[in-house]
Amino acid sequence: MEKFNGNVLFLNRDDINTDEIIPAKYLTENDKDALKPHLLEDLKLSGFQAQDSLSDKHVIVSRANFGCGSSREHAPWALEVNGIHLVIAESFARIFRQNMFACGLMAIELPPTTLDHIFKQYATQNTTVKTDLSQNCFEFSTGGLSERVEFKLEDFDRQLVEAGGWIEYADKKYR
Amino acid sequence: MAKTIAEKIFDSHLVDTPSNDIQVIRLDAVLCHEITTPIAINDLVKRGKDHVFDPSKIKAVIDHVTPAKDSKTAMQGKILREWARRHDIKDFFDIGRNGICHALFPEKGFVRPGYTVIMGDSHTCTLGAFGAFAAGVGTTALEVGILKGVCAFQYPQTIKIDITGRLPAGVYAKDVILSIIGRIGVNGATNKVIEFTGPVVDTMPMDARMTMCNMAVEAGATSGICYPDRQTVEYLWPFVQNEYESKDSALKDYSRWISDTDATYADIVTHDVSDLEPQVTFDYKPENVKAVAEMAGTPVDQVYIGSCTNGRIDDLRVAAKALNGRAVAANVRGIVSPATPQIYRQALQEGIIQTFMDAGFCVTNPTCGACLGMSNGVLAKGEVCASTTNRNFYGRMGRGGMVHLMSPATAAATAVAGHICNSDLYQKGE
Ligand code: SF4
Repeated sequence: MEKFNGNVLFLNRDDINTDEIIPAKYLTENDKDALKPHLLEDLKLSGFQAQDSLSDKHVIVSRANFGCGSSREHAPWALEVNGIHLVIAESFARIFRQNMFACGLMAIELPPTTLDHIFKQYATQNTTVKTDLSQNCFEFSTGGLSERVEFKLEDFDRQLVEAGGWIEYADKKYR
Repeated sequence: MAKTIAEKIFDSHLVDTPSNDIQVIRLDAVLCHEITTPIAINDLVKRGKDHVFDPSKIKAVIDHVTPAKDSKTAMQGKILREWARRHDIKDFFDIGRNGICHALFPEKGFVRPGYTVIMGDSHTCTLGAFGAFAAGVGTTALEVGILKGVCAFQYPQTIKIDITGRLPAGVYAKDVILSIIGRIGVNGATNKVIEFTGPVVDTMPMDARMTMCNMAVEAGATSGICYPDRQTVEYLWPFVQNEYESKDSALKDYSRWISDTDATYADIVTHDVSDLEPQVTFDYKPENVKAVAEMAGTPVDQVYIGSCTNGRIDDLRVAAKALNGRAVAANVRGIVSPATPQIYRQALQEGIIQTFMDAGFCVTNPTCGACLGMSNGVLAKGEVCASTTNRNFYGRMGRGGMVHLMSPATAAATAVAGHICNSDLYQKGE
């Protein structure tokens, strides 16, 4: 699916929490688009400048326990309105992961060794990811370099992505 | 087959198994507050699906910013208020009767052993203290909960944390849970339920169990759970006395919701607290925990006593005791926020509010307020807050501020000293 392709933003840190993804003071917004300029505003990561770093990025690659903290779905929404529909990480906090798929977005886990390799090979350059949902694989490429990385997608999560989210899915299925 | 309490609850609420380890379960309660629900309401309206599955199972409160601080928060309240009216949701708590959701809803008797509960709030796990499966969810899951009365979860795996030994005087549930998070890490229980068991938990009153379960999510857990026992029955008795002949029969019934002794666990941890010292966090993760003694002398600008973690009556009692008639240091702003009107009233009757005011504390109405940096005590850049809340994330109580999590006793002592220190209630080696 097109929506899971694009330039990669690398966030090389564990435990990036939802307060960093979208600070609580923006939770008073009742419109998702209002979150757009504030994505990752409070991220603690050296060299990271929210608006510059984000420009034209569509995929995030990060480390362990991404999205820990509050249950706010504003975190996936803030990603979504910035055109980021895919986060790849070593692991996710449960609610964040559930929220991503509930919105029809993807949160995909890769083993630490694979991520180490990706960070080493691709993190410093202009890298893009292409997602092939039928083959369960990503294609990472930068300059002349490119490689395929397989991933696992739980059956239920695939159903949610295909349905467009949990509301669409549940509405058809449960009375 | 032997089962854990969480497995028993799931099996008795099963609606569908859309894939191997995912189960859709029926919900006994869907709880709502004004931060995450209005967006769900707006979306349901937009989809032409402005329905609720059962108004008697939906409870709602305005608690995070109350009274409203600006026109945006006023609008959030208005959306929730009008929705509750429109759908005849009787258990809706507005200003004057509102308090922090995870303190208010149990106090109103909305949770029972064996219940399944969701809310658009990560600290919903607090209610696991009653032997329920209670989990925070996002807005979309909340919407489906409101509309259909179901929610999807991974079939629960459980970590059992057996808390043994004897808690030293002046060391509290908050210190225990901080030490556990320090031990297993912020990711230590991701996708799992934590069962808190053992002799220390058995003697804990419900307020303390709620403090423990409240912070289960800070270790990544879906829900904390304590076994229902006589304390649970005592707490719930005013709400269930018409359902049972006696407290014994209630207890017998609730005993269905206890793990089988040979149940399978993802992990079993024994956590001896006999030598535990009062704990405090440093840096920006709840797993960054040290003994208070190691942080002693760190100056603070503000002390905040309140929140769904430690704003209950037992917490205020301990804090007042630790103040022991002394005043807040000149360089410190003290803020205390009783979690619900009932707690506030009780604290008034016991003279606790008087003690706080005499000490120079500002007493706020029940609200989340400063806990998430939205009102009532937001920090300025570079300021330090000693806080009884549950998150020390960067920016949590205000951009550029530093939060040190601790127990109410430590917070009160810190307020008096003007820097982090142990309370007189804790005496090493006694
Ligand atoms: S008191 Fe703090 S942690 Fe608890 S529900 Fe309110 S904002 Fe959340």
